[in-house]
Order: sequence, then structure tokens, then C-alpha cells
Amino acid sequence: MRAQALHRPKMRWWRPLIYAVLIAFAAFYLMPVYVLLVTGLKKFAEVNLYHMWSPPSKLSFGSFKKAWFGGMGYSGLYLNFLNSIYITIPATIISAFLGSINGYVLAKWKFRGSENLFMLLLFGMFIPYQSILIPLVQVLYKIGLYSTISGLVLVHIIYGIPITTLLFRNYYATVPTSLVEAAKIDGANIFRIYGWIMLPVSMPGFAVTMIWQFTSIWNDFLFAVTIAQNPNIQPITVALNNLAGSYIVKWNIQMAGALLAALPTLLIYIFLGRYFTRGLLAGSLKG
Amino acid sequence: MRHLHRGQTIPILLILPSVIGATIFVYGFIGWTGLISLTKWDKLLPNYTLAGLSNYQKIFAHFRFQIDLWNLVVFTVLFLILSLVIGFALAILLDQNIKGESIFRTIYLFPMALSFIVTGVVWRWVLNPGSIQMGSTGINLLLEKAGLGFLKSGWYTDPKIGIKAVVIAAVWQMSGYVVAMYVAGLHSIPEELREAARIDGASEIQIYRYIILPLLRPITLGAIIILGHISLKIFDLIVAMTGPGIGFSCDVPAYFMWVTTFHSNRFAQGASIAIIMLIMVAVLIVPYLVYSLRKEVRV
Repeated sequence: MRAQALHRPKMRWWRPLIYAVLIAFAAFYLMPVYVLLVTGLKKFAEVNLYHMWSPPSKLSFGSFKKAWFGGMGYSGLYLNFLNSIYITIPATIISAFLGSINGYVLAKWKFRGSENLFMLLLFGMFIPYQSILIPLVQVLYKIGLYSTISGLVLVHIIYGIPITTLLFRNYYATVPTSLVEAAKIDGANIFRIYGWIMLPVSMPGFAVTMIWQFTSIWNDFLFAVTIAQNPNIQPITVALNNLAGSYIVKWNIQMAGALLAALPTLLIYIFLGRYFTRGLLAGSLKG
Repeated sequence: MRHLHRGQTIPILLILPSVIGATIFVYGFIGWTGLISLTKWDKLLPNYTLAGLSNYQKIFAHFRFQIDLWNLVVFTVLFLILSLVIGFALAILLDQNIKGESIFRTIYLFPMALSFIVTGVVWRWVLNPGSIQMGSTGINLLLEKAGLGFLKSGWYTDPKIGIKAVVIAAVWQMSGYVVAMYVAGLHSIPEELREAARIDGASEIQIYRYIILPLLRPITLGAIIILGHISLKIFDLIVAMTGPGIGFSCDVPAYFMWVTTFHSNRFAQGASIAIIMLIMVAVLIVPYLVYSLRKEVRV
């Protein structure tokens, strides 16, 4: 409870106005979700662009079925959904783990030049990936990882390191250094201190970092569309974009597909939003 | 002394893989792209015959690239102003002891969890103007029903509007982030500060004007940097929502780079656009990085 509540005048004529503005904006942010839901849940016969705002007269999951399993002339998104999972989960875990080690070293084992090294790493998360895309494709092709799931996993790990390092470095900075110093005096080495002191308190750090990584990798489009030429390995963002660009796919199926593509990150946001927001703000250096 | 030295070896070894990775995959590849931008590689097979700066001369003279740069300026300016104004205003309103404050915040921020592709697919339909023969759709239909038919527009299909329509979707997606940043900033201002000002007879508006606004300045700077660099790289949203648009009215350098490189195989030209994009982002980011790390070290 914040103290100001006691001092401020309780009700003013403009208070309802504030709520009106806040609610109007809430409607603005929710409006596309409404369109998604309403369209996805309509029966095929009822889908009509000129009635796109009217709610369905009867719930139907036909659009979701078609978006998931496919139909005449287009394939469903279920395969791509699985691809996204195969790409996102290993890349998330490995990049978070690497970030944890880097963050630990950069926060608690500073050496001469470690700050500059950190800045060098950090720059990597701001670059437009267009500036590395051509060599990346060449190299992946040479080592046989072009247009493979492993190739995409590798790319997401490497380009995820800057942000995971940043998040963990900031997180470990909040762990008292005196704990580490005391352990050093007791003769514990760098690995023991990591295992005994840092890892046990790292769970919130891992939650924030893994949620962040999961969301960005799941939502990635640029790497996927460049590297995943083979439709069988394309993640859901690329497949959704193809679905939406196709003339034979009805727009209610596109909308259902968009909702399917959004569902995992949306669920994470709804249930673990606290960590998501913390990641956003902790990495205030990142977008 | 030997002990101290040994104490530093293992930490360095531990982060070495990441440092080597970054050196190769970030800096090495940037250098490689820079090299490609100086060559005559304009077919599928690599060709490293040097061509000096001619790719840069060509690209800056290219009418499509000139349109792209202008679009990028328009997009970035509008996107930044709208996101900051909306984000700041909503944060201030949420600061007024609002019931359900966290519900509002959750609703404002959720688009950040979505992919730009999802956003693009949805907003393409929401801003689909419909046709004169068949009638209005999307927002136009809503406006018509609300008796605001005069506000109907061609949105992204009108070359005069073009990329400005994409700004609406981008603001929808990112302004909640600005809200969250300002809300966090407001929460970090100690209540005693406001209390003291109130005791000194300052009005609520004066408190915002003279105490809170100046304290929020670093957040505004951070938001400009973050939104700015996203804006300079905007790609997914354009792909999913509009494509290059009529007369390239929705085109941006990132899109041009991608098409020219991976559809037309004009690798050298694509590389030159990529380097120009990198320079634009670096001009924005590097001073900020140096500034914030210096500040942090000093503290």
C-alpha cells in the first residue's frame, strides 16, 4: 500500500475520465485479439470480411483444424509448430547456460579488460543481422548446416549469447560478492563457487533469461526465412507468413494460424508475465 | 603473484568460447560483409573482384533506396513520437492510484510477447480498406458503423499513406514496452520526494513538471535508443503486413537488402545496404553503450 493514497483527495471529477482513457487504450490493444478469436471461431459459411467484427453465431473450431492439419493445396502448421519447438527448446537451454557462465565470470571474476570484453559481446545484440547474413549462409552451407534444424539452433545460440550474458551478469551482480570472497578464502575454486553458491540462487535468473530467449527465438523470422529453405524444417513464423501470403488460404484460416503461432509465447506471458517483464526491463539495453 | 595470475586464467578460459564465437560470428562476419560490399559479386556464385565503393555510389543513387531511406525516417520519427507519447501518458495515468493497475499494464504489454509476423498478419486484415464495390472492411467498417465514415482511408494500400499505416501496428506492438519502462521508473522515485514537494505547497502538476519529469529523462533516452534501433531494422512486420507496397510506399532498407540479396542474388549490393544499416544502428547504439557502461563502472 502506498502512502500517497492517504493524502490524495479521494474522488475528483476527472477520475472517471482517466478510467475512460485507460479502458479505451485497453480496447485498442485487445482489438486484434478480438478479431483473431472471433474469426477463428466462426463457421466457414459465416466467415465474411464484411462482417468481421460480428461475433460467431455458433462456435466452430473448423478454422483451427484446417490451420493445424492443412487443406487442399496447402499444408497445416502442426509440422512447423513442432519445428519451432525443436529449434527453440535446445537453443534456449544452451544459450541460457552459456549466458550464466559468462555472466558469472563477468560479475564475480573480473579481470583486466573484462568490462571491455563485455561491451564487445554486448554490441552483438544490437547489430542488424542483415550485416552478418551473407557470410552466415556461406559458412552454414560449407559445414553442412544450411537449411537444417541444427543450423538454426546453432545460430540462435550464438546470437543469443550477448543478451543471456547481459541478463545473467546483471542478475549475479545482485548476489553479494562477500559470499564469493568467503568461499574463496575457504579454498573453493571457481567451479565449486558456481555450483555451490551461484547455481542454487540462479533460478530466477534462469527463468527470466529462458523466457526471454524462448520468446525471441520462437518469434524469430529473419534467420528462419533465410536459413530454412526447406519447407519441412521451417518454423511456424515462416510457415504462417507463407500461409498468409497464399491466395487460396481463406483469411479465417490465416487468423486461426496466427493464433496458433502466438499461443506458446502468449501463454508464457499470461502465466509467467512477471519474469517476462523483468527480462524486458533488466535488459533495458535490449529490444 | 603467480597465484593471482593463475586465478585469472580459468575465468578467461571460461568465457573464451563465447568471445571467440562473437569475434567470428559478429565482427568477422561484419568484416566479411564489408568486403563483399566492395566487390562485383552480383550472381549466385561468389565473385570477389574488387569494385571499390561503386556499390555504395550505385545504391545511394538508386531511386528505390532513396524512397526506402525516406520511408525509414518517416517510420522512425512517427513510431518514436507516438510510442513515447502514448507510453508516457498511459504510465502517468496508471500512476494515479488506479484500481486494476496491473491488469491494465498486462493488457498494454502483451503484444510484446507476439511475433511481428503475427502482428503483421492481423493488422493486414484490420487495416484492409475493402473496396468501393463490395463495401468497407476492417477499421473502415468500424468507422462507418460509428458514423465516422469521413475518417475512412486506404491505409497501407494508399501510396500517400504507405508506411505510416505500418506505424500503427508497430506502435500497437511496442508502446506497452514504453509504458512498462516508465511505470518502473515512476515506482523507483521515492514517495518522500513527492511528499516533501506537497508539503512545500507544490501542485500535482508542478510535481510532475519539476520533479518527476527530470528524473524520468534517462528512461526516455533508453526508450529512444531501444525503439530507435528496432525501427532502423524493421523487416518482419513489413514482410507480413504489406510487402514493399505500391510504388515502394512501404519499403525499407532491410526489406530491399533481403530481396536484392536472396531473391536477385546481387550479393554485393545487398552487402552495401547491410553495412549502411549497420552504420546507422552503430551511430545510435555505440555512444549509448559506452555511456551506460561508464556510468555503471563509476557507481
